[in-house]
Amino acid sequence: MTSIRSSASEMAAALASGETTSVALTEAHYAQIEKVDGDVHAFLYLDKEGALAQAADVDAKRQKGEELSPLAGIPLALKDVLTQKGIPTTCGSKMLEGWRPPYDSTVVTRLKNAGVVILGKTNMDEFAMGSSTENSAYGPTHNPWDLTRIPGGSGGGSAAALAAFEAPLAIGTDTGGSIRQPAAVTGTVGVKPTYGGVSRYGLIAFSSSLDQAGPCARTVLDAALLHEVIAGHDERDSTSINAPVPQVVKAAKKLDVKGMKIGVVKELQGEGFQQGVLEKFHEGLDALVSAGAELVEVSCPTFDYALAAYYLIAPSECSSNLARFDSMRYGIRVGDNGERSAEEVMKMTRHEGFGPEVKRRIILGTYALSSGYYDAYYGSAQKVRTLLMRDFNAAFAQADVLVSPTAPTTAFKIGENVDDPLAMYLNDIATIPVNMAGIGGMSLPCGLADEDGLPVGFQIMSPAMRDDLMYQVGGALEAALLSKWGAPLLDKAPVLAGN
Amino acid sequence: MAAISRDDVAHLAKLARIEMNDAELDHLAQEMDVILGAVARVQEVAAADVPPTSHPIPVNNVVREDVVRPSLTPGEALSGAPAQAEDRFKVPQILGEE
Repeated sequence: MTSIRSSASEMAAALASGETTSVALTEAHYAQIEKVDGDVHAFLYLDKEGALAQAADVDAKRQKGEELSPLAGIPLALKDVLTQKGIPTTCGSKMLEGWRPPYDSTVVTRLKNAGVVILGKTNMDEFAMGSSTENSAYGPTHNPWDLTRIPGGSGGGSAAALAAFEAPLAIGTDTGGSIRQPAAVTGTVGVKPTYGGVSRYGLIAFSSSLDQAGPCARTVLDAALLHEVIAGHDERDSTSINAPVPQVVKAAKKLDVKGMKIGVVKELQGEGFQQGVLEKFHEGLDALVSAGAELVEVSCPTFDYALAAYYLIAPSECSSNLARFDSMRYGIRVGDNGERSAEEVMKMTRHEGFGPEVKRRIILGTYALSSGYYDAYYGSAQKVRTLLMRDFNAAFAQADVLVSPTAPTTAFKIGENVDDPLAMYLNDIATIPVNMAGIGGMSLPCGLADEDGLPVGFQIMSPAMRDDLMYQVGGALEAALLSKWGAPLLDKAPVLAGN
Repeated sequence: MAAISRDDVAHLAKLARIEMNDAELDHLAQEMDVILGAVARVQEVAAADVPPTSHPIPVNNVVREDVVRPSLTPGEALSGAPAQAEDRFKVPQILGEE
């Protein structure tokens, strides 16, 4: 029998066989949300009416024998950074409180066309800046494994919704790790596709040369199915890749890594990584070797500079992108008394509308781009980006995919790092190089750390436009670990009682 | 690189059109110092002969045919405006008094 704990693929099979309906499945998920979301706070908005209408529409089409997409009728949680027509879209910011976009993002258009049922919008760090979802203007999301801990960020709401069985699928966006790090600390699967693989049209921009939307799920195959729904060329995004989507579903089903070369990145496993994280990562490596893969050690010396370069490039692009929040065309407006100038109103609005982390990054970016400092900061960071890409090219000449732990630690306590921006930034140390080079990256669970019993993420990186390779390795690793554990890792998570 | 002062932050905030009170300026000046100290490391490896990368995939200008196609109606485009008048965005005065 299918339940809310089933995978999306299992739910899809139950819909196809007539065992259940999309309306029943959607209602079951809203019942779970009602039960546990008071504790988890994964959602910022629920569109029950729209979701049930979409579910009924899919059920009617199925009844008539119409051909449907593989994920038709499956519920999904959408990160609040993507526009959905008529549905409040806040980006976790007070700046956009009450805004209802007049258009659908391309990701949403594709989900709707595939018959996917969008349950609601999920919580996130404000404008996707953060690693803990504590920067949301609407309060933090809690990790279902331990409600006193962070669910990662910025897409903590989407990851927590999966781990709390509030949705079997979710959409995230990843600028420096915002899909993969939340997946790692919640025991779920998250994929950042190759840059340009999924359209950014309607994705509210943070750092345009790094932002990428991608699938979040509880299994590798589910992520692959969702990947194929949302990916593909879009003429509305001028950076969208005009080439066929890699065959990720086929790759996820191969379950074969015999003879594949797995590059273990030397620089991403030493100092700063929690003991239990390294242990579980090595168990994942052992499982791949047992399955017939070959390990090679690769060195990427510039990775030590990736974090520094990222915290110049991302804030620089953000200072430019967030200039659009000027209180003139959308969002809140503060202090317009008929006497103040547009500039005064703009300054008051941006003071009120942005939270501390967003202000910090806008100021940092403004500095890095300012005359006299541009070459030393932004210019140097762009050169580091070139060196990072050279490191990856050299590594991929020796290996089919590269691997590392996804995050240096398991989920930390809510509030633990809020006063130390630099400590917070270190969470993304292993995920950032992937964004800087524009390649693909996946995180999947590889066990629970011995010292705290919390999930550890295993990261797989694939060359640009070879997203299929990370799905192939991820699918095989997931199968090997599942047979070792006897049950999915999420079965070990505490069952949330709700109120 | 010189340490960043409170006045520097005030200037940056002015450029970025963000009002900041004294406490915010003091706090941010301290944080900027620490963060800039950490990110300045990029200069160690940014040799003169390394070309900069602005974008992960090579991109050229992408243009489409110049033909009219459906787009937002004025009502839709104005639906999120803080203020509007006569099918236009209504904004506070842009030029000061003479």
